[in-house]
Amino acid sequence: MKFIDEYRNKNLILKLAAQIRKSVKRDYTFMEVCGGHTSAIHRFGIPSLLPECIRLISGPGCPVCVTGTGFIDKAIYYSAIPEVILTTFGDLMRVPGSATTLEKMKARGADIRIVLSSLESLAIAWDRPDKKVIFLSIGFETTAPGTAVTVKQAEKQRITNFFLLNAHKVMPPAMEAIMKDNVNIDGFICPGHVATITGPGAFSLIPEKYRTGCVITGFEPTDILMSILMLIRQVNQNSPAVEVQYSRAVTVNGNSAALKYVYEVFEPCDSVWRGLGTIPLSGLKLRSDFERYDAEKVMPVSLPEPEDNELCACGEVLRGVKTPSECPLFASVCIPGNPVGACMVSAEGACNTWYRYRMNNE
Amino acid sequence: MNELVTLSQGSGGKQTHELIRKVFAERFAMDMPLTDSAILDCTCNTMAFTTDSYVVDPLFFPGGNIGKLAVCGTINDLAVSGAQPLYLSASFIIEEGFALCDLEKIAGTMADEAQKAGVKIVTGDTKVVEKGKCDKLFITTSGTGIMIDGRQHISKGTEVKPGDRLIINGSLGNHAIAVLGARNRLSFSTPVVSDCASLNRLTEKILMNCSDIRFMRDLTRGGLAGVLNELADMTRSGIIVNESSIPVDDPVRGLCEMLGFDPLYLANEGKVLIVAGPGEATKVIGILRSDDLGRESEIIGEITDDKRKTVILSTSAGGKRILDTPSGVQLPRIC
Repeated sequence: MKFIDEYRNKNLILKLAAQIRKSVKRDYTFMEVCGGHTSAIHRFGIPSLLPECIRLISGPGCPVCVTGTGFIDKAIYYSAIPEVILTTFGDLMRVPGSATTLEKMKARGADIRIVLSSLESLAIAWDRPDKKVIFLSIGFETTAPGTAVTVKQAEKQRITNFFLLNAHKVMPPAMEAIMKDNVNIDGFICPGHVATITGPGAFSLIPEKYRTGCVITGFEPTDILMSILMLIRQVNQNSPAVEVQYSRAVTVNGNSAALKYVYEVFEPCDSVWRGLGTIPLSGLKLRSDFERYDAEKVMPVSLPEPEDNELCACGEVLRGVKTPSECPLFASVCIPGNPVGACMVSAEGACNTWYRYRMNNE
Repeated sequence: MNELVTLSQGSGGKQTHELIRKVFAERFAMDMPLTDSAILDCTCNTMAFTTDSYVVDPLFFPGGNIGKLAVCGTINDLAVSGAQPLYLSASFIIEEGFALCDLEKIAGTMADEAQKAGVKIVTGDTKVVEKGKCDKLFITTSGTGIMIDGRQHISKGTEVKPGDRLIINGSLGNHAIAVLGARNRLSFSTPVVSDCASLNRLTEKILMNCSDIRFMRDLTRGGLAGVLNELADMTRSGIIVNESSIPVDDPVRGLCEMLGFDPLYLANEGKVLIVAGPGEATKVIGILRSDDLGRESEIIGEITDDKRKTVILSTSAGGKRILDTPSGVQLPRIC
């Protein structure tokens, strides 16, 4: 398949792996920030191609995983209101809230619908003017433009029964929070798709302030191996910088049209991340002009503090402090069929990925 | 105006008999008058018996409809057990207001498909429920077939040994993607057509001509990954499969890349995994490739003596990883 097979060329992959083996001079710990990378690394069996001195740890870049229990509790609260139709990306259905999950609420009769895009939610709102349609908008710089366009469409089409329960986040502040946490990281495999929107400049703080390299990376095996090689060279030469490996998609200024939509509709705000707590200016909230689409403004809700399972190590996993197998619940109580923490739910979650592809991690 | 199915057609009275006679009995060439049981001649010692329910949404999709699925699916369950399918039952739960012409179309497909496979639909049932109490139409089919001596091991995998070869009869994931595409939830159309087909003539050809077939299973829900894990578990052996030898059509691959699906987990309705002794794999491939339902057949891996009962995928990138049992819902109501 064009534009895929070239990047999965086995000969090229084996050559890159050989070059990596030749270049290593010490132990290296690299964090893949994005859940898409975690999934790709294990799907293609990349760890089995790397020398033992390279340790890859997963970061806070799975949108489902970093969404706090408090958000799920609110979604569950709204789903119980008879005139509400809740729309969501599928992965959120099984994330445990304090007491139950959206999947269980649906089984009890709540009208919860899985959608593939925010525009699909808007179409439901158009079809059902008798209902309030609340879309669970989560995700990073990659999904926020879609939500922004949907809100603008709702305004244009004068749809008044469409709302967001919003927890959009932006990535660089979370990476900085991890560096402040004194986690031992030699370099970041940076999210390629986020950078297509933001441009590489969004990550420049990391090498400048924390002397840690960043390589913006695509999602195919040659991309990932190439980036690992670039990070090794940065470490060996002590020259941390933001480099773009994913140059076929990432441009210097990012996607200015998408950014324009995002910042027309949203503005930065503090945001709660599972495992990382509240990070200043790491979220996006609706600007006052668009507050009428904010479910929490229109239908305010006040719930008790969320309760997480105390043994669940999702927080440490998301900070790169623990690997999934170091969590006492991993693969015993917490399995994909019965997830205790969010990292076991999403196909991009570190625990879920480790469980499914665990071969090199046991 | 379109004629619709009404509650009175499910009441057991005159209208019910009329519906059954006109829509089903004539198409299925059932013996008249209809009796409470079909009385069947049987000359064998051992029989295979299976049942399955079909709730696919939407009812019509590229390459088939719920009726075709209901006939092929049950025939295939018998065929991959090594049985020769003979008779089917078909029960219909119909939502009030369902278009009669659609019901006729579906019954027509079932009759055609059964005839093609050499199987008779001999008994059935019809219920009509109030609007909203079922989603349009659900079908349950059961099937029986003759079990030929010496084939009892085929469904159990008791003869599977390390070194045996794994063979599939073509590309994976087409059914799941065709149904997903037909749901109108994708903002683009796909050229993908379901692979829904009766496999009994193909499996019979294999079993008649080969003496070293160790296991067969159709690759429906859970896909190849699901069946391989079941096989590893039941035979207490390891499995290694080679990703680059597993055929997947480009449009399916493309959609899987976009939507985050893995074709190895997607449902098929006309695909079978065959485990054959190492000396017979080439012969099996030859027979499969000479048939329309097996043109793209490939040897995809082999049984190993790994006691951990794990399925290892040798990735196209040159790495290795576990291919785990599917968990959760990939795509609901696919069959």
